[in-house]
Amino acid sequence: MAHYQTYETAWCPGCGNFSILRCLKTALEELGKDPTKVLIAAGIGQAAKTPQYISTNSFCGLHGRSLPAASAAKIANEELTVIVNTGDGDSYGEGGNHFIHTIRRNVDITHFVHDNQIYGLTKGQASPTTSEGHKTAVQTYGNRNTPLNPVLLAIASGAGFVARSFSGDPQHLTTIMKQAISYKGYALVDILQPCVSFNKINTYRYYKDRVYYLDEDHDPTDKMAAIQKSMEFDDHIPIGILYYEEKPDFHQKNPILSKGGPLYQKNCSKKDLEHLITEFI
Amino acid sequence: MYNILIGGAAGQGIDTTVTILERLLKKSGYYVYTTKDVMSRVRGGHNFSTIRFGDQAIYSHSNKLDGMIALNQETISEHRKKLNENGFILCDAKLQTEDAKAILLNMEEMAKELGDFRVSGSIAIGAILKLFGENLDYAKEVMSTTVKEAYIEINMKAISLGYHLVETRFPRKKGNFQDWMLLSGNSSIALGAIAAGLRFYSAYPMSPSTSIMEYLASKGTETNIVVEQAEDEIAAINMAIGASFAGARAMTATSGGGFSLMVEALGLSGIAEIPLVVANIQRPGPATGLPTRTEQSDLKFVISASQGEFPRMVIAIKDHRDAFYQTIRAFSLAEKYQIPVILLSDQYLADSTATVKPFPLDDFSMEPLPTISNIDAEDIEENYLRYRITEDGISPRRIPGETKAFVTADSDEHDEKGWITESAQMRIQMMDKRMRKLQNLQQELLEPLFLGAESCETLFIGWGSTYGPIREAVEILNQDDKGKYGALVFGDVFPLPTRELIKYSKTAKTLINVEQNATGQLAGLIREYTGIQCTQSILKYDGRQISAEEIVQQLQKGGR
Repeated sequence: MAHYQTYETAWCPGCGNFSILRCLKTALEELGKDPTKVLIAAGIGQAAKTPQYISTNSFCGLHGRSLPAASAAKIANEELTVIVNTGDGDSYGEGGNHFIHTIRRNVDITHFVHDNQIYGLTKGQASPTTSEGHKTAVQTYGNRNTPLNPVLLAIASGAGFVARSFSGDPQHLTTIMKQAISYKGYALVDILQPCVSFNKINTYRYYKDRVYYLDEDHDPTDKMAAIQKSMEFDDHIPIGILYYEEKPDFHQKNPILSKGGPLYQKNCSKKDLEHLITEFI
Repeated sequence: MYNILIGGAAGQGIDTTVTILERLLKKSGYYVYTTKDVMSRVRGGHNFSTIRFGDQAIYSHSNKLDGMIALNQETISEHRKKLNENGFILCDAKLQTEDAKAILLNMEEMAKELGDFRVSGSIAIGAILKLFGENLDYAKEVMSTTVKEAYIEINMKAISLGYHLVETRFPRKKGNFQDWMLLSGNSSIALGAIAAGLRFYSAYPMSPSTSIMEYLASKGTETNIVVEQAEDEIAAINMAIGASFAGARAMTATSGGGFSLMVEALGLSGIAEIPLVVANIQRPGPATGLPTRTEQSDLKFVISASQGEFPRMVIAIKDHRDAFYQTIRAFSLAEKYQIPVILLSDQYLADSTATVKPFPLDDFSMEPLPTISNIDAEDIEENYLRYRITEDGISPRRIPGETKAFVTADSDEHDEKGWITESAQMRIQMMDKRMRKLQNLQQELLEPLFLGAESCETLFIGWGSTYGPIREAVEILNQDDKGKYGALVFGDVFPLPTRELIKYSKTAKTLINVEQNATGQLAGLIREYTGIQCTQSILKYDGRQISAEEIVQQLQKGGR
């Protein structure tokens, strides 16, 4: 069975990231993924340190830019299991444009957003998902901006796997992670996660009191129902797979990649190049 | 050598006429050099192309014309003064010009009679062929590769019709270039990238770089290259870096505005030591500038773009042939030193076409990536250090998933393993390791190309696309004053090779930098790295490429 090591971290004691890291490790082990064939990518932030704390290949790129880099790594080598572990600021703020277009591109990667509704690394400013009225060192009169709804945006943009989970419910999170990793195409899991140092509103207690499981009554293939569920947030927060749709991914739609085999091992024959040269004569 | 101009409004079919004509002339044996002057609009305005052709190699455009095809009145008024004494103006009778040089033909009416007004351009082509003493031998062959099959016959009729409307005025010159390629600067970059083993290309459309992406996309399937149009240039470069990290040779291209967005990621390639090729096809800035025109004003920008310090290489492309070889070299250096390599071209080279000898395919290797053979066994096992500190600064690169080694990349300062660190000692060791790569890279620099007379008194100094005009200018000047003029044209601009420059600057009395920018950026770089001061400057920044004639004129005026 696959075995993943984890290393000493620089996270605050009690941080939701610990649970997410443990669940990630368990999910990968239970799926039997060979760690040398796994690539964990991230941008910058507290969550974005995740790749440094687990024994896989890792790509810690620029703030907000992990999705294009991770997508292209998967395009280059389809044999890699590519997972992006990063935060709400990185995914929805600095990288907001990439978020939308990565969904459209539908490369087979998994996106775990450690959504603590605050900027942790820079010590407590509002993130795109910070609730209205939330006071911070910058939003001194309370956040005036409408929080972004990442799951609603993902469904509206055409994502085929959109889920929400909670770092305080490791069993649920691990199950959802396994399903997301196994999904063929771009999969988003927005993970509710308390920030014990900088978010005194969205605490463990806060989420514990509000989250509830999506049950059989919810049909994740029903887009309208998924949209409705994805709009529930403040007092009752549904966790589970909000939306699920099987659709061709980037590789299946691409004439070169659909033939199979890692792109980086392919080549252009001298004969083909010669042909191109003669076209100019 | 002949030079004709085809001008009209956007949407009048200038491009098609030019493409057919340049191919016909090349098939007939001529060396052809075509430039484009295009406004940033889809309809209207004034666009033109010049086709220069002769039986000897041609290195740039010229402002002296033997004739023109004028599709509108503006073309005549704009360019008439450039016509030689016996030059002609071929135009439609509806323009009603009383110009003595005009050859008025009822082309549009005749085209309508043939059944399609759009074939009037082919009537003009027929007339041009006759004026220059050509026959119609290659017309069908060229037509069949440039127009849709359904339109070949009517276009052939139009050419033949035009051919019989005029008499020959210019003697046919017999060149020997029929088996050479007709290639734009951007196509040459794209071909070079294919030859170098490009597997992944991501870019955002931006003039004048877009035709690289269009060419690669059109050939992607047969050459096993995935071409992805990114949502912005930031995504484009980060995708290229991600693909390269995973083992695919990757490239992106843009112009100055897009390059500005790529700047942070350039540093990522630097610190994470991920090979990357970025082509900046320059156009005049700042901001949106002149989108469809040419300039060389990004030199100082690209050599210092991105925060912090890291090794990089900047290669300026000198001509169409050079574009192919330098692109291959860019990939090879990027991979060898695990650095970003920037190719600097410009709109002039990008959109112009020149006659280039077919590239021999044995000159370069297309080795698959990566080669494990040259590294120690320990580098493929669990104790692998992605950023191992080595004497030459180059650490063993592995491809994630290929071996038991975990491959890391980090934009933070990191230790040998690739883990984030704030150790002062490790910071120094890693900085030194990365910068050490420059020592060997310095040895591989290509000195600037020397042209003209060894014992020259006046030395022109240029870089990139001004190579052609400078070369012709030196030839013209040396005809009158033998042995007085020389030039050094830089291809490698950063790091700056200095040996030849120091040598020639000792004997030349006058050093004149010729650049397509307002501040003399190369002259500044030379001053910084050698203390050598150019005594005069010929600078042009109106968005149009300098010609040999202009260099000669500016010299006589004393430069500025």
